[in-house]
Amino acid sequence: MIEPAATEAFVRLDGVTLDYQHEGQPVRAVEDVSLNVRQGEFVVVAGPSGCGKTTLLKVLAGLVVPGKGSASVGSVQVRGPQKNVGMAFQNPILLPWRKVIDNVLLPMEVVAPHKARFRRHRAEYVAQARELLASVGLEGFGDRHPWQISGGQQQRASLCRALIHNPQILLLDEPFGALDAFTREELWQVLQALWMQRRFTVLLVTHDLREAVFLADTVYVMSTRPGRIVSRTPVDIPRPRTLEDTFGAQFTDTYHEIRRQIGEVLGR
Amino acid sequence: MRRAGLLAEWLPPLVVIVLAFAIWEAGVALLRVPDFILPAPSKVWMALLRWREAIWFNASQTLYTTLVGFAMALVGGMGLGLAIGYSTLVYRALYPLLVGFNSVPKAAIVPVLVIWFGIGTVPAILTAFLISFFPIVVNVATGLATLEPELQDVLLSLGASKREIFTKVGIPRSLPYFFASLKVSVTLAFVGAVISETVASNKGIGYLMIAASSRFEVPLVFAGLIVVAAMGVALFACFAVIEHRLTGWAYRGPALTA
Repeated sequence: MIEPAATEAFVRLDGVTLDYQHEGQPVRAVEDVSLNVRQGEFVVVAGPSGCGKTTLLKVLAGLVVPGKGSASVGSVQVRGPQKNVGMAFQNPILLPWRKVIDNVLLPMEVVAPHKARFRRHRAEYVAQARELLASVGLEGFGDRHPWQISGGQQQRASLCRALIHNPQILLLDEPFGALDAFTREELWQVLQALWMQRRFTVLLVTHDLREAVFLADTVYVMSTRPGRIVSRTPVDIPRPRTLEDTFGAQFTDTYHEIRRQIGEVLGR
Repeated sequence: MRRAGLLAEWLPPLVVIVLAFAIWEAGVALLRVPDFILPAPSKVWMALLRWREAIWFNASQTLYTTLVGFAMALVGGMGLGLAIGYSTLVYRALYPLLVGFNSVPKAAIVPVLVIWFGIGTVPAILTAFLISFFPIVVNVATGLATLEPELQDVLLSLGASKREIFTKVGIPRSLPYFFASLKVSVTLAFVGAVISETVASNKGIGYLMIAASSRFEVPLVFAGLIVVAAMGVALFACFAVIEHRLTGWAYRGPALTA
């Protein structure tokens, strides 16, 4: 495995092992996971369900503390809940009493330094949020309530909420898992366009390998529980990648290579 | 709303009520039920008109005790509900006591209240308070307890404090539960006030009914019952409207309930 040198790593997991209690018994969720992410890198962690992918994201966000090993973001060790992370999940969890635009602005009311200036400079922030919404194809939807837009649109808004405050890292937990195939592929392109424009550092976990290959600079494959990293595959397909590319030789070769690795992990 | 829509909403309950009174009237007439057992609606109506001043005086007393008791329950219930939802310690410490307290029949407490405060307004207010307090506490606490864990994760990873999560998400999220409990609670408060008045008072619609029944003025007793029912419906409707106005976002489609 060729890792990026530790010195250029922006996000690091170093020998992370974590158990959680299940009916009084410790269950090992992840074991000895190490990975390095460069600033601005798009990393996808792929693996079968229940392999502890979500746990890794929680470790990075500082929501759970690993039993062994450590995590660091921007050379600062993660010791408690992070202050400047963007998260999005399979479920968009927008607040139903807020309009879409106010949902997107939620981080600005909480994250320093924005929260101190939010009230007085509201117009400026609203303009920023509208611009972001427009860039994901939600122009003119800001004043609706979440339940007045479709599931795919809600997930777009959820992405905007995760990005509005320019987080140090974006953590995405199967964000497109609940969408139909057409919407999902459309959102791959939306996310890719956002990433190409803003170059944030992102860790996305998924069990969809096409999604992994389409979006990632680097795909890590995890084994079943206890989750370990079993392979690291750089994806060199030039960007912007199109849906047409997913039928090309380079894409399918990478896909099959990763598929084979997962097959080995599962023993079939 | 369109005229046809209004009609569709009001016609069914109206038909049912009119029909119920018609059957009652006809049944009493056909079976020749004496007035002191079951007076016909027409007789009840006559009693209503005849005693309207006394009814008005006593009904407004009941409304007063109900609303004061309910206002206390609203403030106390919201406060305690928020405290229970905010802190697991408070929840664990108080919940068994609250459930136990709620299981005590409130009618059994009225005599105690009378020993403490004498008969009249104060026991009625307190009974209304005690009986309507619990649903508010439970609903507010439930609203807070059912916060999605992912949402907490999102906010925590933005560096939000527990207090920020509570004010930005917890409280707004518990509001529909709060308002849903109000329309139940206000009718309960009404029941509490009337119970207390029937046991120990010299004013109020409950007292009026007890006084009337001891004089075999059965039509007046029924007039009192109908006034009680009408006031209950009116209060319920008031809070249903307030609920819908303030937490319309929680009712996405055509409403299934009021």
